[in-house]
Amino acid sequence: MSAATGVRTRAEVHARDRFGVRDLVAEAAAGIGTRPGRLLLTILGTVLGICSLVVTIGMAQTAAGQIARQFDAVAATQVVIQPRTQGWGEGPALATIPWDAEERMLRLNGIEHAGAIADVSIGEVSISAVSVRDPSAVATVQPIVIGATGGLLDAVRGTVTTGRFFDSGHDARADRVVVLGARAAARLGVHRVDRQPSIFIGERPYAVIGIIDGVARRGDLLDAVILPLGTARADFGVDRLAQVHARIAVGAGPLVAEQAPVALDPRTPDGFEVQVPPTSSLVRERVQGDVNAIFLALGAVALLVGGLGIANVTLLSVMERTGEIGLRRALGATRRQIGAQFLLESVVIGLLGGLIGAALGVGAVVAVSVLREWTPIVSTPMVIGSALLGGVIGLLAGVYPALKAATIEPIAALRSTA
Amino acid sequence: MSLLADLGLEQEPAPTHPVLELRGAARTFPGPPEVQALKPTDLRIERGDYVSIVGPSGSGKSTLLHLLGLLDRPTAGEYLVDGIPTVAASEDERAVLRGESIGFVFQAFHLLDRRTVLDNVLLATLYSGVPRHERRERALAALDRVGLSHRVDFHPGVLSGGERQRVAVARAVVADPRVLLADEPTGNLDTVSSAAVLELFDELHGEGLTLVVITHDMSVADRAQRRVRITDGTLVEL
Ligand SMILES: Nc1ncnc2c1ncn2[C@@H]1O[C@H](COP(=O)(O)OP(=O)(O)OP(=O)(O)O)[C@@H](O)[C@H]1O
Ligand SMILES: [Mg+2]
Repeated sequence: MSAATGVRTRAEVHARDRFGVRDLVAEAAAGIGTRPGRLLLTILGTVLGICSLVVTIGMAQTAAGQIARQFDAVAATQVVIQPRTQGWGEGPALATIPWDAEERMLRLNGIEHAGAIADVSIGEVSISAVSVRDPSAVATVQPIVIGATGGLLDAVRGTVTTGRFFDSGHDARADRVVVLGARAAARLGVHRVDRQPSIFIGERPYAVIGIIDGVARRGDLLDAVILPLGTARADFGVDRLAQVHARIAVGAGPLVAEQAPVALDPRTPDGFEVQVPPTSSLVRERVQGDVNAIFLALGAVALLVGGLGIANVTLLSVMERTGEIGLRRALGATRRQIGAQFLLESVVIGLLGGLIGAALGVGAVVAVSVLREWTPIVSTPMVIGSALLGGVIGLLAGVYPALKAATIEPIAALRSTA
Repeated sequence: MSLLADLGLEQEPAPTHPVLELRGAARTFPGPPEVQALKPTDLRIERGDYVSIVGPSGSGKSTLLHLLGLLDRPTAGEYLVDGIPTVAASEDERAVLRGESIGFVFQAFHLLDRRTVLDNVLLATLYSGVPRHERRERALAALDRVGLSHRVDFHPGVLSGGERQRVAVARAVVADPRVLLADEPTGNLDTVSSAAVLELFDELHGEGLTLVVITHDMSVADRAQRRVRITDGTLVEL
């Protein structure tokens, strides 16, 4: 009994000097390091698997970033319709936009706002904030003048900075009111509308009722003096509309493209040119998704093969090192220590494959992005996760060989390699 | 009765334990046909003994050595190391006891060819609780002890047979075991190398190490102070 306690104290005193994690890691590293050629072949499958995984996910992320950059909420919901012209440039128009285009458009499904626009020619007269023409004044660039229906502002996503936009009433009565684009207003020196300032187009005064800004689609409106369409027709003889703008629901593009020309003029629907948001990006995404699925599947297969490769080589290594295992057991190694060593060797091999594969994958994504002038987007957690996945595969692959190693009987092992 | 046994144990002073003790230990390999490789045997090996075990091939020498080295369990009887019963102990406890108490020298050396001589010796310190900071120093000392200080960074593959066996001896003694078990340690060696290894054993014995050497060679057996003959699994002290 005293001897027994003696041995036990001896064991306790040296507890920290027992075979620990440090020794385990050192032995596993030595086990791997002494066979570098085999190591390369062993990790190849894992490298390829992790690499294709990182490339697939990385390219998907990069492409998503690219699409997000190109994807413009304005463009996706904005429709412009204008008459086609014969031949190149200034031939006769093949269709005419009806004066009630706004109402016709609003009757269609998917149209949220609509407005029509007409170019106004004011001839040689000038536009100024005062009626008296001052010959000494520096000739400035004239603002453009356009006519618009009441719905235009919402259709082109404009905002009213001050005052208001005109409505169908102004339009119908041909009131002499104008709304100024922000830059035009600045140029004319109009900053507030509460004191009912007027501007003069030639000799005729027009009351400024509002100033607009934030026109996303037609930036030129900011430089414009905008008249109600009725006013433009009455005062300047505008005889046709140039464009119809509409804001549509997301995804309504194809429907609107089909129905709007018919709604505008059932006799000459082909005479209209409809610019709807590109639907191709949807298709592209779907195709991209299929490609991703294929690559992910290939990656998974590569990983499976890689895992089996590791399992196979580790098992081979266990068989080959039976003598070593017997020796270690004879030197006092427990089953668990033997099992842990082979498991760790497998994990390290997998992790190594994962690290190399992830690095190659990131390199590939960056290289492709540089070639296509994209911004590579590879999320760090994804890369780290992929590298760790290699370790997990090594772990799974190592379980069976490790169990096999742990159950090797020292006597049989020592005898086998005489 | 158990009380008496307990009392007997209590009264017995510790130093009187034999280092190794077989009490009616036997080893049968279940057939068919069943082989009784070691018949019920009593054997006491005291501290500082130098015992040789001789016998013809198939007589049970290796079986006995595996039992003594805790690599195998007797199918009957008890085996005590330093007074500690081992038959009922768990595999892990036996592994720890083996690492701390027993040093092996095998006929086939069993060195790792891909590791250096020093690494091979260090291997025995990993599992036997040698203080971490002493390991290298003790491995170098053990190699010095067997006269291989100049081969520390060599790989075993380039060493002569005699040198390899001396590395194995260094590895067997580096963890300061209670007993060194050798199974045909000179079986693969020429006479000169054999003589060098036996010389080493004599020196180690002189320093107080307990040795059990298994051999079929009488000239090797004669170097020991105690000789045991084994025939068909039966031990006879000579
Ligand atoms: N695992 C086993 N299963 C069945 N029989 C065994 C087993 N191991 C050993 N034996 C038998 O036990 C007997 C003793 O074997 P052991 O290996 O101890 O002989 P030995 O004295 O070491 O012989 P050698 O000098 O040839 O090494 C032999 O008859 C052998 O066939
Ligand atoms: Mg034998």
